[in-house]
Amino acid sequence: MHILRFMKNTILILMMFVIAAVMPVRISASASGDEGKVNPKEIIFEHLGDGYGWEVPFNHHKRIPLPVILFGKDGFHCFMSSKVAHGAVYKDGDATFKIAGEDSPYKGKVVQIMPDGSEYKPWDISITKNVCALFITVLLVIWSVIAVARWHVRMGYKAPRKFVGALEALIAFIYDGVIKPTLGDRAMKFAPYLLSVFFLILYLNLLGLIVVFPGGANLTGNIAVTLVLSVFTFLLTNVLGTKHYWKEVFWPDVPLWLKFPLPIMPLIELFGVFTKPAALTVRLFANMMGGHMIVIVLTLLIFIFAAMGPVVTGATTVVSVAFSIFMLLIDVLVSFIQAYVFTMLSTLFISFGQERGHEHDHAKGETEVQAVATSAK
Amino acid sequence: MELFTPDFGLVFWMFVAFAVLFLVLYKWGWPVILKSIESRADLIDKGVEYAQNAKEQLEHAREQSDKYLAEARMKQADMLREADKMKTQIIEEARAAAQVEAQKVMDAAKTAIEQERKEAELQFRNEVSSFALDIAAKVVRTQLNDEKEQSRLVGTLLDEMEKQN
Repeated sequence: MHILRFMKNTILILMMFVIAAVMPVRISASASGDEGKVNPKEIIFEHLGDGYGWEVPFNHHKRIPLPVILFGKDGFHCFMSSKVAHGAVYKDGDATFKIAGEDSPYKGKVVQIMPDGSEYKPWDISITKNVCALFITVLLVIWSVIAVARWHVRMGYKAPRKFVGALEALIAFIYDGVIKPTLGDRAMKFAPYLLSVFFLILYLNLLGLIVVFPGGANLTGNIAVTLVLSVFTFLLTNVLGTKHYWKEVFWPDVPLWLKFPLPIMPLIELFGVFTKPAALTVRLFANMMGGHMIVIVLTLLIFIFAAMGPVVTGATTVVSVAFSIFMLLIDVLVSFIQAYVFTMLSTLFISFGQERGHEHDHAKGETEVQAVATSAK
Repeated sequence: MELFTPDFGLVFWMFVAFAVLFLVLYKWGWPVILKSIESRADLIDKGVEYAQNAKEQLEHAREQSDKYLAEARMKQADMLREADKMKTQIIEEARAAAQVEAQKVMDAAKTAIEQERKEAELQFRNEVSSFALDIAAKVVRTQLNDEKEQSRLVGTLLDEMEKQN
């Protein structure tokens, strides 16, 4: 019975492979180059980047229109992105807007066309695809965390199950595994920030992997998002930093000649204050963008090899689909790991700012070793 | 590279969105969850401790009750043995007392019988002697004239009779 079912499954999978390998042959036979050549670079950057509308599956021209909000030379302008789609020019009162073309320095952005024909880039706070996805994610995070909180208020000391249980396990994992051991008695003070960061990044990462509507925006692979998050960590570290922390920066425990006539160590330390959030910004951004890029490139391989004939295309299809599935699964893991690492590094940096004199020196040495080990990854 | 230059709009909205997320969760989310997780953990710890204590106490109580039971059983056996001993002793004593009493009664009866017999003997002797004297007087009166001779003969006869007894 088992063997029979196993054989049935194997045959089904084999058939799917054969279909996958043969399909491109039929397609290439029917559609012989009417779309022109694929431009992989453009496709990759389009997928990684932002957009004024949101793509719909199976349709290259239709976009879900989103509001464009601009502060131009003559005040606020607000209109739907469908008005400027496909190179259309939109007149809002006296001002004229369009999406800048290929040759413009503001390529892909909405620009105001001045009476003399020059392009002016207005302050742009449009609800783009990324911003919209961000809002959806924030609402999802708020909803799920409030759901857990409400459950706690209503059910008291009952054992949580299903969704609440899963979220609670994550919360406890971060709080008891990262925040509490590092920050000690100050854990409660910083836990709301760190947990918010963790869940926002995790949700953004996971939604980024979903290709259709609520997901598909490459937010944590966008430097703006990671920058804002690390600026928050930077502010929390330095604004709430203790006296001891600042002493360590400007007058560290090193031989006098390293800091007196020429402030070598203080300079290095001060530099470190800024490189820490910078590293935080870049590592999350680069990791997530890299993951997305690999999946897109693997998928694009099919279309790149399409030029080399149906047999090659068929073989490539099987291989690249297999590889992209593998990469996507890895990305699910990476989504969690990156959220975890960002939270852990933020916790570490904040804990550096919370140093309180010499009895903590030993602990600091340990956490620094840990930080080096993780940043090496 | 547009990928490496943060877009102003996204930075702005990210700032706003994250601030909103943080403030909402700071007010209604995390503290509630963390506190109740903590207090639930405390409750569970306390419950486990309580259960352990209760188990220990139960075991202790069981031990104690077993001990008491064994003690009671031992006492019972002791008491039974004691009672048995007492019973035999009492019976023994009673028997001895009865024997003594019986002996006494028998002795008393014996002395009384002896007395009676002696009295009866004495009386019998007196009566016999008087009878014999009468008979002898009647028999001898006629044969013996000498009174002196007569009484001597009687005395001898009586002595003989006594010796025979």
